[in-house]
Amino acid sequence: MDLAKNKTTLLISGAILGLIAVILAATGNPGNMAFCIACFIRDSAGAVKLHTTATVQYFRPEIAGMLLGAFLIAVATKEYRSTAGSAPMVRFILGFIMMVGALVFLGCPLRMIIRMAAGDLNAYVGLVGFVAGIATGIVALKRGFSLGRSHETTSAAGAVLPIAWTFLFVLSLAVPALFALSESGPGSMHAPMILSLAGGLLFGIVAQRIRMCTIGGIRDLILTRNTDLFAILAGFFVIMLVGNIALDKFTVGFSGQPIAHAQHIWNFLGLYAVGFAGVLAGGCPLRQIILAGQGSSDAAVTFIGMFVGAAFCHNFGLASAAASAEAAGGPSTAGKVALIIAIAVTFVIGFMPKKK
Amino acid sequence: MYEVDARGLSCPEPVMMTAAALKEHGNEDIKVLVSEPHCYKNVEKFAQSQGRKAEVHAVGSEFEVIITK
Repeated sequence: MDLAKNKTTLLISGAILGLIAVILAATGNPGNMAFCIACFIRDSAGAVKLHTTATVQYFRPEIAGMLLGAFLIAVATKEYRSTAGSAPMVRFILGFIMMVGALVFLGCPLRMIIRMAAGDLNAYVGLVGFVAGIATGIVALKRGFSLGRSHETTSAAGAVLPIAWTFLFVLSLAVPALFALSESGPGSMHAPMILSLAGGLLFGIVAQRIRMCTIGGIRDLILTRNTDLFAILAGFFVIMLVGNIALDKFTVGFSGQPIAHAQHIWNFLGLYAVGFAGVLAGGCPLRQIILAGQGSSDAAVTFIGMFVGAAFCHNFGLASAAASAEAAGGPSTAGKVALIIAIAVTFVIGFMPKKK
Repeated sequence: MYEVDARGLSCPEPVMMTAAALKEHGNEDIKVLVSEPHCYKNVEKFAQSQGRKAEVHAVGSEFEVIITK
């Protein structure tokens, strides 16, 4: 069955992915987080002790599932291609920047949609920044920005990340003492392992078939008026909205939202950085995982950039604090400075004069 | 036939190059070379959205999209 056949199948596929997120949230994943790529990568970085923030350490089965799901379906459909060589270190930096932006906002673009569907108005502020960032990236593309060509490489090279990550995941089950596991906070909240793994696998398979990309959805809308990828996001949003209303988790407002803050300028700029850097990198954090799963070593390097970036964010206190009854939350001074530097670096990457 | 070589490039560059080729060489048939399946699908869809016909051929592990009026 061709899930990418037309708008209806894309919309339904997006809804299926939304359903996975609803189920995982209902069975233990943190409120309004459900299926957040940035949060999952950050928790995994904590689990292997690249950072030591005790509340966000858990080797999330969803990431392993997605990488493996995308890998297996790509092999099965002969879409697996081992490629590499398109500006890997620039991609690493872009991945790093996406993570800085996401952790200032407190969520990747997928969690932005999840938060929007729960009535969190801060996410709508983030959306404005996200769209502005994507538009800036499009300007850079139109001025001729390119990371250059990737080339086909030895077949096994593209499988390194999916296999290595699966090994780490199995190790986390076999010898859990090697890994850190949160006893409180978001890292301690998770759906049963087998559900998370199955959800991740299915998510990876479907997202690979329909080319889901939160940045691509908006980018194509602006660039070519194509609504295919946007339809997926719409389906995802609608099912999350219905799920939140049904589970009585829909509350409109800026304050009192789970794991969020109401520092508007920083919510805007956080996702601005993700949108801008993601357009230059050829896809959002979710899409990078899928591309890495189907054999792109370049996307794998972007993923490692996000993974290391998440560790830096926590080791250097760049990640925002969630608002609580006692504090307004938001980014630290270090987080604000880092985000501004990250955006400046993205401008340099995107608008650097090209060699004639 | 005007040829566009978009092999190995990330999204959305193949589509942008196709759009530029259609604008500047709209009177000719256009051949677009791409590497990934999602790229040829994007180029194919874009060409069709511009009222053109698009035919895809596998060439080794890569693809060519022939765009005609």
